[in-house]
Amino acid sequence: MSVEPAGTAIRLRNVRKSYGRHDVLAGVSLDVPRGGRLGLIGPAASGKSVICKLVCGLEQPDRGEVEVLGESVVGKREVQLGDLRQRIGMLFQNYVLFDFLTVAGNVAFPLEQRGGMAVGAIAERVATRLRAVGLAGSEGKLTGELSGGMKKRVGIARATVADAELVIYDEPTAGLDPVTTQKIYDLLAADQQRTGATVLAVSSDVVALAKFVDEIAFLYHGHIVYRGPAATIADAPDPLVRQFVRGELEGPLEERRA
Amino acid sequence: MTWIGTWLRNIGAGALRVADEVGGILLLTWMVLRALIPPKIDWRELVKNLYKMGNRSVPIVVLTAFFAGGLMTLQTGPFVKKFGAQALAGWGAGYAVLREIGPILIALMFSGRVGANNTAELSTMTVTEQLDGLRALAIDPVRFLVVPRVISMIVMLVALTVIGDLVALTGASIVGRAMLDIEWATMFHSFADNLKPYDFLHGVYKSIAFGGAIAVTSCYFGVTVRGGAVGVGKAVNAAVVAAAVSIMLLDFFLTYTTG
Repeated sequence: MSVEPAGTAIRLRNVRKSYGRHDVLAGVSLDVPRGGRLGLIGPAASGKSVICKLVCGLEQPDRGEVEVLGESVVGKREVQLGDLRQRIGMLFQNYVLFDFLTVAGNVAFPLEQRGGMAVGAIAERVATRLRAVGLAGSEGKLTGELSGGMKKRVGIARATVADAELVIYDEPTAGLDPVTTQKIYDLLAADQQRTGATVLAVSSDVVALAKFVDEIAFLYHGHIVYRGPAATIADAPDPLVRQFVRGELEGPLEERRA
Repeated sequence: MTWIGTWLRNIGAGALRVADEVGGILLLTWMVLRALIPPKIDWRELVKNLYKMGNRSVPIVVLTAFFAGGLMTLQTGPFVKKFGAQALAGWGAGYAVLREIGPILIALMFSGRVGANNTAELSTMTVTEQLDGLRALAIDPVRFLVVPRVISMIVMLVALTVIGDLVALTGASIVGRAMLDIEWATMFHSFADNLKPYDFLHGVYKSIAFGGAIAVTSCYFGVTVRGGAVGVGKAVNAAVVAAAVSIMLLDFFLTYTTG
């Protein structure tokens, strides 16, 4: 499937979201063009995963506008979001594999539930995906038998199996070794080239992420405080971003956090 | 605040919590009914749950029902013998078992085994975000997870009650013969002559209501759990208590209204 890269795939306008008294998002505005690859970074608990869930319609904003693939998700009921969600692939931070299914069952699940594909074609697609993430031969295993890295790769296979128009990766390489991390990003890049999908990727591994995405946005204290080219993120003009990317102990980040 | 104020506040908070839970259970019931129109059921999930909830519950139900039936004969036997009314021994045991003891005991066993297991399973899925995972794949968790479980629990509790009724009557006969010297034929005629089909049906429709109550309460506490392992434990506890209370309330209401 090839998607024409025109227009905006994700559009957030002044989005606010609080949990209790904690304002997680305090007016976030963000655009991701169709076919674009945006990385989202920021300190722990800064609301990166919340943005992923808002885009998928799993959470509703308190205020603001969230438009995804040309459709507003704000105020929509679950049934109204069904068609949109079928166009989105999502990898959750903690994999969220279904423990009542095998590895192959998990990867096949989105295709089976959507219908319209022959059983043989689904099996072939699943085998191809599992080979791509290095899990050939693990089809019959239960998710409880897998290591964290293997679960992550099953999650990636499931998120990409249906060739979605928009793919959200929440920490796609957390817990993986550097070599596997690079392999995974190469795979995700090849997938994106093939499908033309829009990608929103959240990661704490900024160096590896920067090789995969076109641009990186920095989320801090509920706002997008910086957005710039991924290739030069380590030399970003904003000292906050530079400190975060370089992992320096001294700087405005620590001062503001304190 | 005085102790009376604290006491009143606690009562108010408790009442609000119960109202919240009853409202949530009714809302889930409505969502299940709405998901059945048009009926779009995941048959694989349904068959899996029917097997898991029904087949594996048979041994415990058989054991419980056998001794419940035997116990009824033991309790009524001495009086029956004292007044020379052996012909009523089967009726006494059968009437109590078919209309009350059978459906209630089996429902409570079912709630403890299947309902608690269901809550634990669903609440674990909830705290590990598997329900969000389903939603992200455009799958309605109520339609996919809750509806097959509700149908399975109702169908299987009815089936287990029917099996339990037969086993309980057998248990009553065996205990009557072995411990009270009541002839097989006497017990059989006592059942056949005195028990009416309605006595059996009375228990069956109670088990439909009990099955629905166990299913919806166990699913409700499973999908609304908060927190991690501690939350799962609390949810299971709440589900078992709520199911037991629902069973007793429904039993009273159904017995009062339908005789």
